[in-house]
Amino acid sequence: MIELENVGYSYGGGELLSDVSVRLSPGSFHFLTGPSGAGKTTLMKLCYGALQPTTGRVRAFDADMAGLDRDQMALLRRRVGVVHQDCRFLDHLPLTDNIALPLIVSGHDKEQQRQNLDDLMNWVGLSQRAEALPPELSGGERQRAALARAVILSPDVVLADEPTGNIDWEMSQRLLQLLIELNKMGKTVLVASHDLALIRAAKSQVQARVLRIANRQLHLAGADL
Amino acid sequence: MSRGTIRAFVLGDAQADRMVPPNGITARLTLFVAAAMAFLAVFALALSLATGRLADRWAGELAHAATLRISAAPDQRAAQTEAALEVLNQTEGVASARALSEAEQAALLAPWLGPDLALEELPVPQLVEVIAEDPPYDLAGLRLRLSAEVPGAVLDDHSRWRRPLVDAALSLRRLGWISLLLIVGATGAMITLAANAAMAANAQVIEVLRLVGATDDYIAQAFMRRFTLRALSGAGVGTVLGIGGVILLPAASDEGGFLTGLGFQGAGWLLPLLIPMLAAAVAFLATLRATRRCLGALN
Repeated sequence: MIELENVGYSYGGGELLSDVSVRLSPGSFHFLTGPSGAGKTTLMKLCYGALQPTTGRVRAFDADMAGLDRDQMALLRRRVGVVHQDCRFLDHLPLTDNIALPLIVSGHDKEQQRQNLDDLMNWVGLSQRAEALPPELSGGERQRAALARAVILSPDVVLADEPTGNIDWEMSQRLLQLLIELNKMGKTVLVASHDLALIRAAKSQVQARVLRIANRQLHLAGADL
Repeated sequence: MSRGTIRAFVLGDAQADRMVPPNGITARLTLFVAAAMAFLAVFALALSLATGRLADRWAGELAHAATLRISAAPDQRAAQTEAALEVLNQTEGVASARALSEAEQAALLAPWLGPDLALEELPVPQLVEVIAEDPPYDLAGLRLRLSAEVPGAVLDDHSRWRRPLVDAALSLRRLGWISLLLIVGATGAMITLAANAAMAANAQVIEVLRLVGATDDYIAQAFMRRFTLRALSGAGVGTVLGIGGVILLPAASDEGGFLTGLGFQGAGWLLPLLIPMLAAAVAFLATLRATRRCLGALN
């Protein structure tokens, strides 16, 4: 589904990632962990084409990302839902429009948008906040809204970058349950997080592989987690 | 842009239009520039059309008209006028020849010498208006014959002062069209700057739209529709104000010379209505170019 082959990434003269290889198979659940600045966000961006590797190659849905033009990349991103650490909304639009953005830009009709939206708003527990503007939302609400937006097109892959970084434990658990539900629906999930307690909690509920970035390389974490 | 994209652009998409935040200095700048440029364009167009008409009229009317001036002693004037008219009426290529009455000659001199002119006290030559056929008479041959038969007659075909007037009118018309071109160029440049500023100010919006799978066409369209509609409405207001200004200009009159009658005539009044369309087309192309470049740079 998404595969990194011997990927290296350098920025500002320094090497951030070196010889990274990983395959996100259909229906798999991965955690990506490591210290701050280790390159988790960079690796996530490489997975959805926001960055191009310096060496090696990234394949998504059997296509080499380096060979995609911008329109093809846009189509690819409709198959990969991304939850950013800082969520990134359009602050002038109400929550419903923000969550519906992937449907709007991909030309779905309004009836379809409404149906999907109602279901999703209920699923993430934001039905009462539909008309709120993003700056009016709490950290947890923003994260759940970002997750709803990421999955509204029913993508094959969901990438979540530190989705629980700015929220309390209870809300983290709630968000984690949503991600696990998605995985049980057959979605491939990759969650970048430095929250080891959260990862341990998830491992008891879902079969997840934990990848750790250390010394610019990716390792499979073992029992030391 | 694909055909589908152009169709979507024309029909509009309320949701896509809302993607870009509505406020900002670029909105007001685009409206103001479009209005001001359209206002100026109306006058440049009026000037071009009026001077074109003037040049055509001067060239046409004066090319077919000539004046015979008969300077003779008062007791010989009538006889020489009679002789000149006889020569002219016999000349091939002369459509008509007519001696101006004293009242007509007084009217011609009135702007310089006043209305109560005692023409009989002045040594004013008799004027004869000569209208040529097409093809006209042989000027050199007629002059020779007149010099032989009417010694006091001087035939003036107006070419000495007609050419500079026509040249001046044509130059004014050219300046009018150049002004229009400059207005179009300046409008395009200003809207390009405004579009660049809007794209830079909304880099985060563009990033979010790309993140959720928006194509470049979709993003560009959201900006282009906004700038095109702003230019259209701004230019519409400017054109209406410009037409109002032209209506208030003095009407054409002989007393006012070429400075009056600078407005539009007949179907010419419809031409300013093209200015908002032109402004919209310029805005569309300028924004298309700006968005393409900016989206490429943001890749």
